[in-house]
Amino acid sequence: MTKKSIVESAKERILVLDGAMGTMLQRHKLEEEDFKGEIFIKHHKLLKGNNDLLAITRPKIVEGVHDAYFEVGCDIATTNSFSGTTIAQADYELEDYIDEINFAAAQCARKSADRFTEKTPDQPRYVAGALGPTNRTASMSPDVNDPGMRLVTFENLRKAYKQQAIGLIKGGVDVLLVETVFDTLNCKAALFAINEVKIETKTDIPVMVSGTITDASGRTLSGQTPTAFWTSIKHANLFSVGLNCSLGADEMIPHIQELSGVSTCGISAHPNAGLPNEFGLYDQTPEEMQNAIKPFLEKGYINIIGGCCGTTPEHLEEIVNIAAKYKPRQFNGN
Amino acid sequence: MVNKKEEMVLSGLEPLYVNATTGFINVGERTNVTGSKKFSNLILNGDYEEAVNVATAQVRNGAQIIDINMDEGMLDGKAAMVKFVNLISAEPEIARVPFMIDSSKFEIIEAALKCIQGKPIVNSISLKEGKEKFIEYATIIRNYGAATVVMAFDEKGQADTYQKRIDICKRSYDILVNELKFPACDIVFDPNIFPVATGIDEHNNYAVDFFKATKWIKENLPGAKVSGGLSNVSFSFRGNNTVREAMHSAFLYHAIKAGMDMAIVNAGMMEVYDDIPKDLLEKVEDVLLNRIDNATEALTDYAESVKGKGSKKERNKNDLEWREKNVNERLSHSLVKGITDFIIDDTEESRQSFEKALEVIEGPLMDGMNVVGDLFGAGKMFLPQVVKSARVMKKAVAHLLPFIEEEKKKHGDLSSNAGTILMATVKGDVHDIGKNIVGVVLGCNNFEIIDMGVMIPAKDIIEKAKEIKADIIGLSGLITPSLDEMVDVAAKMQEAGLKIPLLIGGATTSAIHTAVKIAPGYKGSTVHVIDASKSVPVATKLLSQGNSQAFIEENEAKHAKLLDRHLNKKNKNVFLTLRDARDNEEKVSWDHDVIKPSFLGTKTISNFDLNELVPFIDWTPFFLTWELAGTYPKILKNNVVGEEATKLFADAKDMLQKIVDEKWLTANAVVGFYPANRIKDDLELYEFDKSTFEIDRNKTTNTLHFLRQQKPKQNDRPNYCLADFVATKDSEREDYIGCFAVTTGLGCDEKCKEFEKDHDDYSSIMLKALADRLAEAFAERLHQIVRKEFWGTSPSEDLTNKDLIKEEYKGIRPAPGYPACPEHSEKSTLFQLLDATKNTGIELTDGYAMFPAAAVSGWYFGHPDAHYFAVGEINKDQVTDYSKRKGITFEQSEKLLRPILGYQ
Repeated sequence: MTKKSIVESAKERILVLDGAMGTMLQRHKLEEEDFKGEIFIKHHKLLKGNNDLLAITRPKIVEGVHDAYFEVGCDIATTNSFSGTTIAQADYELEDYIDEINFAAAQCARKSADRFTEKTPDQPRYVAGALGPTNRTASMSPDVNDPGMRLVTFENLRKAYKQQAIGLIKGGVDVLLVETVFDTLNCKAALFAINEVKIETKTDIPVMVSGTITDASGRTLSGQTPTAFWTSIKHANLFSVGLNCSLGADEMIPHIQELSGVSTCGISAHPNAGLPNEFGLYDQTPEEMQNAIKPFLEKGYINIIGGCCGTTPEHLEEIVNIAAKYKPRQFNGN
Repeated sequence: MVNKKEEMVLSGLEPLYVNATTGFINVGERTNVTGSKKFSNLILNGDYEEAVNVATAQVRNGAQIIDINMDEGMLDGKAAMVKFVNLISAEPEIARVPFMIDSSKFEIIEAALKCIQGKPIVNSISLKEGKEKFIEYATIIRNYGAATVVMAFDEKGQADTYQKRIDICKRSYDILVNELKFPACDIVFDPNIFPVATGIDEHNNYAVDFFKATKWIKENLPGAKVSGGLSNVSFSFRGNNTVREAMHSAFLYHAIKAGMDMAIVNAGMMEVYDDIPKDLLEKVEDVLLNRIDNATEALTDYAESVKGKGSKKERNKNDLEWREKNVNERLSHSLVKGITDFIIDDTEESRQSFEKALEVIEGPLMDGMNVVGDLFGAGKMFLPQVVKSARVMKKAVAHLLPFIEEEKKKHGDLSSNAGTILMATVKGDVHDIGKNIVGVVLGCNNFEIIDMGVMIPAKDIIEKAKEIKADIIGLSGLITPSLDEMVDVAAKMQEAGLKIPLLIGGATTSAIHTAVKIAPGYKGSTVHVIDASKSVPVATKLLSQGNSQAFIEENEAKHAKLLDRHLNKKNKNVFLTLRDARDNEEKVSWDHDVIKPSFLGTKTISNFDLNELVPFIDWTPFFLTWELAGTYPKILKNNVVGEEATKLFADAKDMLQKIVDEKWLTANAVVGFYPANRIKDDLELYEFDKSTFEIDRNKTTNTLHFLRQQKPKQNDRPNYCLADFVATKDSEREDYIGCFAVTTGLGCDEKCKEFEKDHDDYSSIMLKALADRLAEAFAERLHQIVRKEFWGTSPSEDLTNKDLIKEEYKGIRPAPGYPACPEHSEKSTLFQLLDATKNTGIELTDGYAMFPAAAVSGWYFGHPDAHYFAVGEINKDQVTDYSKRKGITFEQSEKLLRPILGYQ
């Protein structure tokens, strides 16, 4: 039986993307040896905190997180590959393991998704291969006295993203998700790389982009308004565009409204569980978050809804419940 | 309601919509090295901070997109583009707007696309290199998410008619939209804005065709937008901003009506359509819409009148109000007005406001000089003003040099220029006023001028060019033998393997001589430059990477045409045989008594009173030297140049007074009379006894050789030859010829060097020009003395200076090298007869030029009917005859007569 594509499903109902990975992993109180496992036992750098590595060293834990989100009814799992690029792994000196990290991350989510699809064939579960923003910006200088300086170039990013995308696709993802975009040029490099992969592998994998609006300025870190952001990436034939992280649902809504107004493809939103408190923790309850998300759905802005920092399966359960009551936004994208 | 399908959306930090309701979009043109000299200088000098300010100012002035172009030969365009785009991306005020990446090199475009987070427009791609490249580029552009300008250009060339424009646009559109699925709304067609009112009839419909093509594109190619580079249209009126602004506004008005969506414009230089004076608007629209015949002439005439008015208004403000302005504005004012009074203080004040002294030059001083260059190029400023401006500039630079040297020691050399030009007056020639003027004008335009001076042999020029890595060699010469010398220099440059462009200039040089004689011997570009004002565009184009090829090809095509015409003409040349020409000699009357001179042999006049020469000055050529055309004294009241001419004349009078009072120059002369008779076209000079005036016609001391007109004449006119004005030997009539050499140039060089040391080219050129005039005046005065006393052919002559200038006296004084006796080597005989070097201090060079340059020498013909004429072209038989008469080989003879050879 061929399952429905994610694009088809998104046109029929609002799809729910999972919640935070990091918050869930913390519950396991993992130590250095968990991260290193047997493979990296001799690696000279401390690897604790390099969550992406767990798909290789503790795949069951990662798979368990995906299970927990599918369990409460989520449609899409995002792979544990936020930092799975040579650029982001450079700090750990693990640039040589990019292929393995992404393949493993995709496999963890794939196995989990396939198990749940088997359980609920009417609700096929999908895997979104996550491509994070890296820790460098291509259109900003780190030095105010040297505004022309760049720590990373389009070419560096293009190569790094290309490698990551190939790893994720090999691992079996259904869709690629370029997420937490704070600099549109980084994102454009990722999209350029994905396009190359699509051409070279003759596949037409759907692509989602999710930017992040840094603060009350209503702009990305690199200074673009949501519409400018959309305009800059519109060419890439996206399945969806949206926003994640930085903001809670309340703060995110005007920007999603703007994107929904200008975009021709699907719209996604995965806000944080409110804004962080003074300790940096998110304390919006699942019910509060459900209420905050309601306007997105009521106004018909959304095709894909989910959670980011501070969200848990409990939050997502409430989101699944409410999303089921609303119709998805109409869109043209592939 | 906006049709979203046809809407173009671009982005910087913010989106920019282009649709039927958003109105016309201004694309700023100032951050373009090919369009803005200021920006180009900033980038070339690495002053990116100030270059970023140019971009900021553009956006503040209302540019909704900024065009960025780094196509400059002296530049690593890719690196400059990346650096500049990264810098302006960091300025939210600039990065707010979308960028237009403008380059003829796709690698530069792609490098920029990799730096831009927004959605830019590429400017441009086209079918010029064929469909395959076009598709390749469009695909890449699409992958970066950019929109693109598509030029109406294909494999066959740039579309210049309505039909070609729409055909190419349609074909481009079909490939992009149907084959590539390139979004139609991301296509901007540039259907080519070409200059109108160029004087070439084929150009008259350019604007109309553009409007029609725009309308067609908007109606037939859904989604596509239309743009263009506006300043092109008014190219013919460069510098005349009144007319240009009116043309731009009117063009836009009609183009927007036709559907044009955006244009590359200088947002700060736009006249409101409704504010254009009605008479001007009508003329402009006559041109743009090609409504009437002679529209170009009418607009040109109007432009002339606006030019005059504009300058008058400015000059009436003759006060010191400008001293209230800030220091950089004061510097600019001093430069444009040529005021040296405050320049050192202002320069110093400005220097203290900058980090480096060099920045004063690159900033306010170059800005000011750019204004001067633009005004001059536009005919709004005249040569004397430019030279004065250069004096101000040089003084400012001289003040800054010690500081710059100091900084160089600390930081290395940071300066750069538009190119290095080696200039020389060729071997055998001493004339350098024109060359110096060209040097000053080029120097004003940021070229580095290495001037080798006068009488420079080919070998030295070539060695120097190699040593200093010259970008261009400029050769100058005034006398005709210099033409041959230039041919020789060009040939030696070829032998030496040089490839750099060669510029040819000077009074006797010509486009035809350059094309026919000089250019064929040298593979590098050889360009004839008609005057100083043309030197800048020529040098600039030759050294511009983008434009040079087109210019070189144009120049070569011109040469080919001239060569062709020359051959045709030479083949069609019809001559009388020399014998027939001689048979048709002028039969001058011998009814009068030949007057005996008051002495035979020479008489030397030293330290002639300069004051006595002043009334004899013919001022018209003086103004010509300064490229001001018109006859004196009418020129002082001329609409266009009158004010400048008056100022120049006042400066000249001031200096003349000093020359006389302070005896800057020494006037020496020598005159001689000799018994002579004619044999054919020669004059034999005979031994004589100084005291008894006895003549021995059997003893010929010297022979003078003249040339005869050889073209068939109409209406029974004779074939003239100067010898005809002297009695033949057969007639047994005693006759005489006079000779003279005068100079007022002694002391001139020393004084000029003093001026040049003080960075005062204006005074140096002024002195040389005045010395030249004084020499001519001396020749005039001496001729008068000769007629009245020494020879006494017209003892009671009483003519005004005006009559003298009109030569309303009897007798002539033709000079070797001039049209009636165009062969220079005869000067050797003249000098020998007069012992001129010993008697006056004038020396004769290898090329038969006199040094000092302010000198005149020639023959006196006393016959009352003697008159001037031009020998014109001669045939081979006369050349052969001439070689026999002079006792030289045929080849030597041909060489001496080359400028007048009428055969191939």
